[in-house]
Amino acid sequence: MYSKRVIEAFTNPHNVGVLEDADGIGEVGNPVCGDIMKMYIKVRDGRIVDIKFQTFGCAAAIATSSMITDLAKGKTLEEAEKITRNDVAESLDGLPPIKMHCSNLAADALHKAIEDYRKKQTEKRLVKSLDKNI
Amino acid sequence: MDRENKRRIYLDNGATTRTDPRVVEAMLPYMTAEYGNASSLHSFGVKARDAMEKARATIANAIHAKPSEIIFTSGGTESDNLAILGFVSANKGRGNHIITTRFEHPAVLNTCKHLESEGFRVTYLPVTREGIVGLEELEMAITDRTVLVSIMHANNEIGSIQPLDRIADVCKSKSRGICLHSDAVQSFTKLPIDVSKTRVDMLSMSAHKIHGPKGVGALYLREGVKINRLVFGGHHERDLRPGTENIAGIVGFAKAVELMNRTEIASMTKLRDMLIRGIMEGVSDVVLNGSQSERLCNNVNISFKYVEGESLLLSLDAEGIAVSTGSACSSRSLEPSHVLLSIGLRPEMAHGSLRFTLSRFTTEEEIDHVLEVLPRVVKRLRDISPLKGG
Repeated sequence: MYSKRVIEAFTNPHNVGVLEDADGIGEVGNPVCGDIMKMYIKVRDGRIVDIKFQTFGCAAAIATSSMITDLAKGKTLEEAEKITRNDVAESLDGLPPIKMHCSNLAADALHKAIEDYRKKQTEKRLVKSLDKNI
Repeated sequence: MDRENKRRIYLDNGATTRTDPRVVEAMLPYMTAEYGNASSLHSFGVKARDAMEKARATIANAIHAKPSEIIFTSGGTESDNLAILGFVSANKGRGNHIITTRFEHPAVLNTCKHLESEGFRVTYLPVTREGIVGLEELEMAITDRTVLVSIMHANNEIGSIQPLDRIADVCKSKSRGICLHSDAVQSFTKLPIDVSKTRVDMLSMSAHKIHGPKGVGALYLREGVKINRLVFGGHHERDLRPGTENIAGIVGFAKAVELMNRTEIASMTKLRDMLIRGIMEGVSDVVLNGSQSERLCNNVNISFKYVEGESLLLSLDAEGIAVSTGSACSSRSLEPSHVLLSIGLRPEMAHGSLRFTLSRFTTEEEIDHVLEVLPRVVKRLRDISPLKGG
């Protein structure tokens, strides 16, 4: 059912855990459907310098989480934003059709983490400019 | 690592069992030497027919029925279909209401759903947290249009045993004469069934759950109960189930029934309790699904908080341990097990369930090994999970 690469990534996932000082956090899924992913990113000069994940879900959910951390690490935010669900699936030599929809959420989690980072940056800038004006 | 050379432990006997070598041995002559068609008049046919009738008597005897009340089928699913569809087809005009439960096997559930689309009314009874159907709910669901009740003897996922005797009493009280069918695929030979005492009218049975071959089962049909055939052909099986009989399979089925004995049921029960206790003590945040006391001798079903069942299943498989799960991810739907939802489990707990089902070949050493591996596997996945401690 699963490709060798999926099983590999599921058995020995990379970048598991929490980044305590994350610059952006993205969470997708819900326990009812059986998949939750949490993605943490650390950003320096517009580049993802560190990334970690936590996942509750099936083998595909864990494998795609691991794969996207590998794909995103070292990339600029613009590059990372372009990583799609399909890129993740292809890097794992494909996923069973039913898993393409339900367990392939890692790209979404990454994009949310980047979104969260950008939001926080905007807030920081706002606070800074407010400070200046006062 | 070479997976082929690795030790493998099979704890998915609720799905299917290893055919007992003694069953295989009993079957072989009916493929190679006595391969006749039981309908033929020559000696080959006579040998086949004799073997089939001997097997029929063995199976009838196991539930205290008459041999003429046993109809051979291709297995549990066909038996369920023949019972339900065959009965309503032969009893049109008596009523259009059927009562079943929310946690039946799909062979019953989907047959009932099909009948709903044909204009029948179906009541799906709730079950308790322990997975037992309530007699009061059954009593209340009965109307003067009720013709058939179909309630499984023991649940296939959580092993909970239904009070079949008292269910039958409700169906037959007040001279109602409502027909009672029971899917006994999981319980047959594991629990005593005596149709001379329990007023059940139809029982579905299957060979491959009890170390017999796949592709053969039986329907017990009480004398006097009318059903119609579902497929058309020759005059086999009292005109109710046409098609050349699977003699080798039928002989194997009967051999499997003969081999089941009380000692191994006691041994399975002991190992079952050892496994339950071991998991409860060795792994935190777990819940036993189903009933403690009213439980099949070989069923263990446990939910592991914060982890998902398919991940657990595949991690155990990598260690050579075969189990099943009620998680949506291992099914082809996106829904977790309807059985676990029916007993009130939250979806995330249903997703995190594992079913271990034992057999006569399960050893204490195997259970020890599972108890050694399982905590480690659960811990690894919990360490990945955002739910744990979150």
